[in-house]
Amino acid sequence: MSHYSYIAFIPLLPLICFLILGLFGRKYFKTFSGTVGTFSTLISTLLSLYTAYQYFFIEGKVNGIFRNITALKYTWLQFSPNFSIEMGILLDPISVIMIVIVSFISLMVHIFSLGYMKGEERFATYYAFLSLFTFSMLGLVLSSNIFQIYIFWELVGVSSFLLIGYYYENPPAVAASKKAFIVTRFADLGFLIGILMLAFYSGTLDFNTLIERLTSTQSPEFIQISSATFLGVSMLTWGLVLVFIGGAGKSAMFPLHIWLPDAMEGPTPVSALIHAATMVVAGVFLVARLFPVFSIDFTAMQIVTWVGSFSALFAAVIACTQTDIKRVLAFSTISQIGFMMFSLGVSKYGGENGLGYTGSMFHLFTHAFFKSLLFLGAGAVIHFTHSNDIKELGGLRKMMPVTHISFLIACLAIAGIPPFSGFFSKEDILIAAYHSSKLIYGIAVCTSALTAFYMFRLYYSIFWSKDFHNHGPLHGEGTLSMKIPLIILGICTIFAGFVPVSSFVTSDGAPLESHVDLAFSAFPVLMAVTGILLATYLYKTQNNRPQVIASSLGNIYKTVYSKFYVDEIYLFITKKIIFNSIGRPAAWIDKNIVDGLMNFLATTTENISALIKGLQSGKVQNYALYFFGGIVGLAALFIYLLK
Amino acid sequence: MTLTLLILIPLLTALAVLLCKGLKQVRTVSLIGITAQFIFSFILLYVYWKGRASGNSSQFLFELNYTWFEPLKIHYHIGIDGISLSMILLTSFVVIAGVLVSWTQEFLNKEFFFLLLFLSAGAYGYFISLDLFTLFFFLELAVIPKFMLIGIWGSGKKEYSAMKLALMLMAGSALVFVGLLGLYFNTSLNGEHSFDLVEISQMHIDAGIQNIFFPFAFIGFGVFSALFPFHTWVPDGHSSAPTAASMFLAGISMKLGGYGCLRVATYLMPDAAHHYSPIIILLSTVAIIYGAFVTMMQKDLKYINAYSSVSHCGFVLLGIGMLTQTSINGAVLQMVSHGLMTALFFAAIGMIYSRTHTRLTKELGGLLKVLPFISTVFVIAGLCSLGLPGFSGFVAEVTVFMGSWENPDIWYRLATILACASIVVTAVYILRAAGTAVMGPITNNHYQHLKDAKWNERLAAGILVTGIVAIGVAPFWLYNLITPDTEYIIQHLGKALTLK
Amino acid sequence: MSEISITHILFVSTALFFIGMYGLFTRRNMITMLMAIELILNSVNINFVAFNKYLYPGKLDGVFFTIFIITIAAAEAALAIAIIINLYRSHHSIDVEDASELKY
Repeated sequence: MSHYSYIAFIPLLPLICFLILGLFGRKYFKTFSGTVGTFSTLISTLLSLYTAYQYFFIEGKVNGIFRNITALKYTWLQFSPNFSIEMGILLDPISVIMIVIVSFISLMVHIFSLGYMKGEERFATYYAFLSLFTFSMLGLVLSSNIFQIYIFWELVGVSSFLLIGYYYENPPAVAASKKAFIVTRFADLGFLIGILMLAFYSGTLDFNTLIERLTSTQSPEFIQISSATFLGVSMLTWGLVLVFIGGAGKSAMFPLHIWLPDAMEGPTPVSALIHAATMVVAGVFLVARLFPVFSIDFTAMQIVTWVGSFSALFAAVIACTQTDIKRVLAFSTISQIGFMMFSLGVSKYGGENGLGYTGSMFHLFTHAFFKSLLFLGAGAVIHFTHSNDIKELGGLRKMMPVTHISFLIACLAIAGIPPFSGFFSKEDILIAAYHSSKLIYGIAVCTSALTAFYMFRLYYSIFWSKDFHNHGPLHGEGTLSMKIPLIILGICTIFAGFVPVSSFVTSDGAPLESHVDLAFSAFPVLMAVTGILLATYLYKTQNNRPQVIASSLGNIYKTVYSKFYVDEIYLFITKKIIFNSIGRPAAWIDKNIVDGLMNFLATTTENISALIKGLQSGKVQNYALYFFGGIVGLAALFIYLLK
Repeated sequence: MTLTLLILIPLLTALAVLLCKGLKQVRTVSLIGITAQFIFSFILLYVYWKGRASGNSSQFLFELNYTWFEPLKIHYHIGIDGISLSMILLTSFVVIAGVLVSWTQEFLNKEFFFLLLFLSAGAYGYFISLDLFTLFFFLELAVIPKFMLIGIWGSGKKEYSAMKLALMLMAGSALVFVGLLGLYFNTSLNGEHSFDLVEISQMHIDAGIQNIFFPFAFIGFGVFSALFPFHTWVPDGHSSAPTAASMFLAGISMKLGGYGCLRVATYLMPDAAHHYSPIIILLSTVAIIYGAFVTMMQKDLKYINAYSSVSHCGFVLLGIGMLTQTSINGAVLQMVSHGLMTALFFAAIGMIYSRTHTRLTKELGGLLKVLPFISTVFVIAGLCSLGLPGFSGFVAEVTVFMGSWENPDIWYRLATILACASIVVTAVYILRAAGTAVMGPITNNHYQHLKDAKWNERLAAGILVTGIVAIGVAPFWLYNLITPDTEYIIQHLGKALTLK
Repeated sequence: MSEISITHILFVSTALFFIGMYGLFTRRNMITMLMAIELILNSVNINFVAFNKYLYPGKLDGVFFTIFIITIAAAEAALAIAIIINLYRSHHSIDVEDASELKY
């Protein structure tokens, strides 16, 4: 066990960094803090890579199957002798691959921010928050216990909240941060109740034990959980669906996606790290983590599939109409996560049928690179132009060559053009979908064509189209620290597809043969190319064709542009129903009825005393009268009545 | 270990304060005394720990039993177990922070510090008492100073609030007293009645009698702990009180109730606890959800925290009402956690108020820029309140949920789910408050010149945050401290079930 | 000389008592009220003496009681007049209705 203890430092280093920067950063590390943060992340990254090497090539494999290693375990809360929350580190293919992704992307973002955030007043705070996020995210993926994952789940939520609200003087940023936190909190409620259900029936919180008990159909725990029903649905399904709601909230699946586009109010590197590459895939990770359990429950898997595929299509449609660079990217993130999600949903457990699982993890891997590259590229553009509206942008390809090339690479990757990384991962997903359901396959292909279209719409609008008129003084494309991550990520985006993920990450741990079927991939690629060509036709030069199409679609366009009014529906529910119909009456009742009752008691007492206080008139003769009256009364009583 | 020192140190300090002249002397003397008892409570923890580690498994440690009034069998019987020790630690944290935030209390400073110290002596005495009469005596001792603290140093409609608080708490005490007398007259030890907690716990009181007197004791203590619908003193009382008094009220006084519900009502009347458990759960669930929704509509920071206290103290009563060991552990954790957290929250609000002279969220804004330290404290308190992992609130709430979920009955489950749902509402009101008060653009130009926290305020906040984080990051020490003692309560409750 | 029967004496004392009572209730002047109280006391004195004489001729208890009452009445009168004088100083009146501050 002990020779794994270095793994604990992967999350702990950023935590230490957070504490140092958070407590002393403002005073002592004003400008130095970026270096401190970057350095600690660099060490984490190196340790992660070392761990990955150790796990994948030296220690992880037993009899050709990757096993789960519980590297560290420490009892955190012992509820009863057999039931405890433990803090531990679980190594398996997905957690290892995730720590590599998280620490690597985090490193890139740390480096990029050195230039991007330079001169910010709360520079140290920014790096402290980034470190906090890195710590929480690494802790999340390494969790060995379903409760531990919930703890880190909340922590990533709050670091996301803090970073979205980084520009706290800007009201939209504050609103967005609140929205992100509350929407995901709402989803976490489902997660928490799901945990309570699963944990109660399986009698454990430990992932390994839980999966073991709930997947063997003979175990008493399984029989109990699948026979207990609520509203005609088994407790297993309830538990899994509730857990999935938690995942869907974090991963911005429909209808809990509304927070993600608004979350773009945060600094752009943050969006690259949290809202594109790492935190938002936590939901996918969660489902993957519990995949053996999910895979035996048909209903839960159906829900995962349909939520995923619907979100993929839905977000892609909206992305075609948005004009804010970061919002387009946000919707594209939702769409891509939808891919990962339904890919898990269509997958089965074990062997070749588990291709969807592998594809999902593969896509998660490649998506992290190209999406963070897109965001960092967008960040560079925004940094350069101080605008993020594509209507105001155009013709930047000459002024920002590095950004331009890397952005193009990322666009090709996300569109699924070979040989860029996105192609390979999407390919696995499409094959899995094809074998599971033709309808899902159809949705997936349409979505990827749309993806190609809107990504190139974005690309052309920023780098081609009209010329860019700069009113202010022109400065360079960005500092070196901003270009280096773009270049590194660009290289990764090109080559990540050749990483044989399928021989490392599979649903049952046994390596899978990777295969590229040219005949199969021809059609999706053709669709993607069509999308690109359409975008070229419409957006490469400035023309009025897009407007013509938009106006011919009329209300449909308007609905899509308004994101299908989902935000308005939420607003209606919160403002009208929760605030006005629950909160306000509750406050009224408290003030007037509950408190009124107490005040009524007090005033009644007072009134009665006011009624009888007149007897104390202060007139001595009255008192004498009462006195003698009393004597007469008593005398009468004793003489006549109580003889 | 002489536990009496816990009462004597604050009392002597209080007397010493009366001899002082001027604010400087007064606060120095109080700080010395308070630091002494702060350190003493840690020594107590250490000695207690060592005693337990060396195998001392008696229920109460450091027991002391003097006859106080022989004819009525009233004893000065004291002793502590893990639960009372955690309460003592909580008190010492809150008291030292309370004294530190009142550092610049000019008006009638001597009397102010005297009352604070007096109150803390009452609270300590309450937590160490093992004799029901002594317990009641100290409970009363802790009520009276509050009336004066609010009535004299308060703000807003302070007379009304002070009166309301004192009357409602007195009414609660009266109910408690009826319950205690009911216990007293139904115990019989060699033909004599007994007030002694340990002795009563070993007797069997008829279930019918328990059912009569349990509501008195539980509701009576419940009033202290903001049991719905007797919670309305909380918002008015807290919001009118001066900062330190708010901290004491929410941090300590509300715990007197929870502790009493557990130690006296539930522990001594286990049959009745089973009998009334559905009603307790109903009321506490209502308090949790309803309190949260009412909080959502508040506009004054102190009202927000006060109503959220109603909601949070609902968790304490829910945990007690669920009657499983984990849930009762959760209730104790929640008492400690809520005490620290709400004291921190009130401290932050007080610091903001003393600078901006307003507590209305809409009049505040952008404070993070000018008052970074105070605003950070405010946000930390808020995050703890909404149950963020790493802070104590999360641990406590989760333990309550886990424990509640152990009850397989569908209605109990429903109550648990509703209680869980409150964490979303909590997030809404905390973020709304934080979003408008400390974030956003600066709304008032006067705020540009505000000065951030001074050393005493930093120290106060630091102490409380340390406590919160110590529980949040490493809950096991506190959990292990209280588990053996909740075990007694559970055994007692279990015995009650089997006797039926 | 035939003996005066006790009823006569009791009649006188009762009359005296109720005259005193009437005075106490109706007069506003405190001095007069004091005088009325003296009447009541004296009616009691008469009763004591009469009962002593008629019922227990061999004893002196009733007479002693009477002497006590006379003493106390004297003390009481001194006290009452002192109060009245003080009241006059502060209120410039010895009307009992003017001194009604001591109320709820």
